[in-house]
Amino acid sequence: MTQNQNLFFQKFGITPNDLQRYLGEALSAGGDYADLYFEYLTSTSISVDESIVKSASQGISAGCGVRVLAGERTGYAYTDDLAPEKILRAARTAALIARGPAKSPIEGFKENLNHQLYPIASPSADADISAKLDLVMRADRAARAYDPRVVQVRAGYFDEIRQILVIGSDGTFATDVQPMARFSVSCIAKSAESSSKGAAGGGGRVGMDFFLTDKTPEHFAQDAARQAIIQLDAVEAPAGEMEVVLGPGWPGILLHEAIGHGLEADFNRKGTSAFSGMLGKRVASDKCTVVDNGTLPSRRGSINVDDEGSPTQNTVLIEKGILKGYLSDKLSARLMGMPDTGNGRRESYAHIPMPRMTNTYMLAGDDSPEDIIRSVKRGVYAVNFGGGQVDITNGKFVFSASEAYLIENGHVTAPLKNCTLIGNGPDALTKVSMVGNDLQLDEGVGTCGKDGQSVPVGVGIPTLKLDSMTVGGTAR
Amino acid sequence: MATETQTLNPVETDLRDLATSVVSRAMKSGATAAEAVVREGSEFSTVVRMGEVETLKESGSRAIGLRTFLGQRAASTYSSDFSKDGIDRLISGALELARVTSEDVFSGIPEPDQLGSLQGDLKLYYDDVYSLPPDERIDYARRAERAALEADPRMKNSDGGSFDAATGHKVLANSHGFVGEFRRSYCSVSAAPIAQDENGNMQRDYWFALARTMSKLESAESVGREAARRTLRRLGSRKIASTQVPIVLDPMVAGSILDNIFDAVNGDAIYRQSSFLANKLGEQVAAGNITVVDDGTMPGGFGTEPFDGEGVPTRRTVVIENGVLKSYLLNTYTAKKLGLKTTGNASRGLAGTPGIGSGNFYLQNGDHTPQQIIGNIKQGLYVFQFLGFGVNMVTGDFSRGVSGLWIENGELTYPVEEVTVAGNLKDMMNNISEIGNDLEFRGSTAAPTLRIDGMMVAGE
Repeated sequence: MTQNQNLFFQKFGITPNDLQRYLGEALSAGGDYADLYFEYLTSTSISVDESIVKSASQGISAGCGVRVLAGERTGYAYTDDLAPEKILRAARTAALIARGPAKSPIEGFKENLNHQLYPIASPSADADISAKLDLVMRADRAARAYDPRVVQVRAGYFDEIRQILVIGSDGTFATDVQPMARFSVSCIAKSAESSSKGAAGGGGRVGMDFFLTDKTPEHFAQDAARQAIIQLDAVEAPAGEMEVVLGPGWPGILLHEAIGHGLEADFNRKGTSAFSGMLGKRVASDKCTVVDNGTLPSRRGSINVDDEGSPTQNTVLIEKGILKGYLSDKLSARLMGMPDTGNGRRESYAHIPMPRMTNTYMLAGDDSPEDIIRSVKRGVYAVNFGGGQVDITNGKFVFSASEAYLIENGHVTAPLKNCTLIGNGPDALTKVSMVGNDLQLDEGVGTCGKDGQSVPVGVGIPTLKLDSMTVGGTAR
Repeated sequence: MATETQTLNPVETDLRDLATSVVSRAMKSGATAAEAVVREGSEFSTVVRMGEVETLKESGSRAIGLRTFLGQRAASTYSSDFSKDGIDRLISGALELARVTSEDVFSGIPEPDQLGSLQGDLKLYYDDVYSLPPDERIDYARRAERAALEADPRMKNSDGGSFDAATGHKVLANSHGFVGEFRRSYCSVSAAPIAQDENGNMQRDYWFALARTMSKLESAESVGREAARRTLRRLGSRKIASTQVPIVLDPMVAGSILDNIFDAVNGDAIYRQSSFLANKLGEQVAAGNITVVDDGTMPGGFGTEPFDGEGVPTRRTVVIENGVLKSYLLNTYTAKKLGLKTTGNASRGLAGTPGIGSGNFYLQNGDHTPQQIIGNIKQGLYVFQFLGFGVNMVTGDFSRGVSGLWIENGELTYPVEEVTVAGNLKDMMNNISEIGNDLEFRGSTAAPTLRIDGMMVAGE
C-alpha cells in the first residue's frame, strides 16, 4: 500500500467499500461514468523583501470532487469535509445531471502501473523552514551584489505536496504524491535617468535540495538583476512586421499560445478552435515537430497520472509540419472516438477536469543559433517573455517580450523596451524558416490559465527564426 | 433532469465563535497580536451549449486563515480542516513560523481606534440568488444562448450560455477585540456565441450581466442579443498597416486601463518604487479632465465591503482629481512605510500579509456620448478587446494586442485584428482627450468610453 492510500484510508478512515458506495450513489440516476478525486494539499511559502523575511505561511487544503458524465453532460459537486455523509451528499448532487435507471460501477479497482517521474517527497518535507529561509536570503544578497543600481529585491520560495486518489466507475484506481517547488526573484533597478525591473525563477517537481545543487538562489538572483540592469538602457521597440528570432527555452510560450490551446480536444470536439478539422493538414513548416510530453522526469509540467487517473504520455502534436493529434481527456476521447492522451487536468478538487497541456516543446533542428542570428538583416531577438494569451476561435495570439534586442545586419545590438508580439496560430509556424540545434526547456515557472483554472506547465523550443511576425513597439 | 431543489448549505459552525476563539487561543499560546478570517461560501453554476446542459456544478466550501505576531515578527497559516486537530495545527503552526521570520518595525495590526465597520444595509446580500428552481436556472442559461444564436443566420456555434449564483459569508476577528462579519451574494448570466462568415472564418465574443440580486439581473435575452452584436461585428476582420491614430477604448477595455491605474497607486508598488506613479503625490499625472475615485461604501457595489481585510472601515478616496494625484491606496503596513494613514484598502486572502484591494474603482463620467467621441475622429481605431499582459508598471510601457473597428470620417467601418497598440501609461493618462458619459459597473472597476491620442498601432 502506498503512502497515499495510507493518507486517505487511514487519516480519513475511507475504505474500499466506501469508495464503491460513493460511486454507486453518483450513478444512482444513471450516467455513463462517475469518478471521485480526493486531494490533500500542504504548502509552504517564505519570502524576503527589503532584505528581511516579512512573512512566512503554511496551509492545508483537502477535499473531494465527484463527477458524473452522461452523454456530453457533466454534473459536479465537491466537499472540503471528507466525512462519508458529506461525500455521499456531493455524489447525490452530481448525480442530478443524469436521468434514468441507476447504474452500477465495476466491482473492484485496478491500479495502473504508474510512472515514477519524481521522488516521493516526504510529507514532512516542510520541517526545515530555516533552510528555506537561508535560500531566500542568499538570493537577496546575490541580486544586490550584482550591481549597485539594483535598489529593490524580492525573493520567494514556495513548495507544496499534493496527494491524490482518483477512482472511477470503470475500475480506475490511481494515487500519486506530487511535489512542487518554485523559486522566484524580482528586482527593481534605478539609474539617474530611468527605472526598470527584472524577474527570474524556476523549479519543478523537486525537493528543496534542487536549489542547493542544480539551480541555486544565486543563479536566479543574478539573472533577475542582469535583466533589470540591461533594461535601464532599453530603447523603443520597432512597430510592424519583421523577422523575429526567439531564443531557446521559455520563448516556447509561442507554441503554448499559437498552437497548444487550439489543439486541446474539447475545443475541437465542439468545433470552436481555429484548428478544428485540420488533422492531417499542414500547420507549420516541415522543420517543425512539436510534442506534449507529461513524462519528463522532475519537470514542472510532468505528472505520473493525470487528474482522471490516466497515465501521462508523450503525444506528437505536429510532425514535420503536419497536424497529428489533439490533447484529450476521458470525456473528449469517448465522444470523439479518439485515444485518451492523459491530459485531463484540474486545478483542485473544486474544479472539473478538462484537456490541458503538460510540457509542450519543439524538437531540435540542424541550425546553429549563431547562423540564425547572422541570417537576419533587421529584426528582433527575443529571449525572455512575460505572459501570453490566445483567442482560440480566431487563432490570434500574443506574447509579451520582457527581454529582447534589435538585430541589425546579423548582429544583436540594442536592448528593447517591453513589447508584445502578435500572430495567427494556424499560420505562425508556417513562417519558421530555421530551427536551432539547441533545444531547451524553460526553468519551471509556467502556469497556464483556462476557464479560470490554473495548472503548472512547461514549454521549450530551440532557437527559432520566424520570417515574419508583427512586433508591437512604438518606433516607426 | 431531476428537479430536487436542494442547495448545499455548509453553514453549520458558528463562524463568529470560531474566529474569536482562534484569536484568543493564539494569544494564550504566546502571540502578541493575532487576526483570524473565516470564510464560507456556496456556488452554483451551469453551462448550456447548443441548447443542451453541458455542466452543472453545485457546492459549498469553507476555510480559515490566521495571522499571528510575536512582537514584530509575523507569520500566517490557513486550513480547510475545521476539526480540533486541524485548528490546533493552525495555531501552533502560525506561532512556530513567526519565530523564524524577521523583526519588521512596520508590522502589526491596525490601532484600536482605526477599527470599525460601516453601519446600515449595504445591500450586498440577497438570498434570492438561489430562489430559482434548478430547471429555471438552466433555462436562464439556455435563453441567453438561444437569443444569441437566433440573432442572425451567421451565428453557427457556441461556447455556451451560463448562469451562476454564489453566496459568501466572511468573519474577521483580531486581538484588539474587533469582530466583523458580512454576507454577499452574486448572480450572473452570460453568452459566448460563435459566428462564421462565408469563408468559414470564425469569431467568438461574449457578454454578461452581474447582480447582487435576481431582481436586478438583466434578462437572459438582452445579454444574448448583445453577445451576438459583439460577435457579428468581428466577422471579416483584417490586419491594417502600422500607423499612429487616435484610439477609442470601449468601456470594457477602458476598465482595464483603470486596473493599470489601480496597480500604479497600490501602496505596495509605491513604497517599493516599482510604480511609475511613485513620489508623484500632488503632481499633475493625467489630463485635467480626469478624476478617479475609489469608493468601498457604495450600497450594492461589487467592490463594497463594510470593513477592509484588516477591520478598518472602508471609505471613499479621491485618487486623482482633475489630473492631480491626490492619494495612494493603502493598508496599515504600506501607510506606515510611507508615513501616511491607511485608506482602508487592505485585502486579505487566507494566507500571507494583507495586500491592497480596490473598492469600487472608477473614472468619473465626462460629457460626450460615445457616438460624439467617434464622430470627432477622421481616422482612428475603436478598440473592444485587449489581448495579453504587456504592461510594465515600473516604466509605464504599454504594448498589447487589440481587436476593434476602424474609424473613418467619424463612422465605425470594418473590423480589425492581429494588431497591437503601444505607448506609455504616463503619456496615455495625459493624452485622454475625451471622456464618455457611459460609466456603468459590471464589476468593481469601471470606466466610460475614452479617447487616447498619440499611440502607435503596429500591424503590417
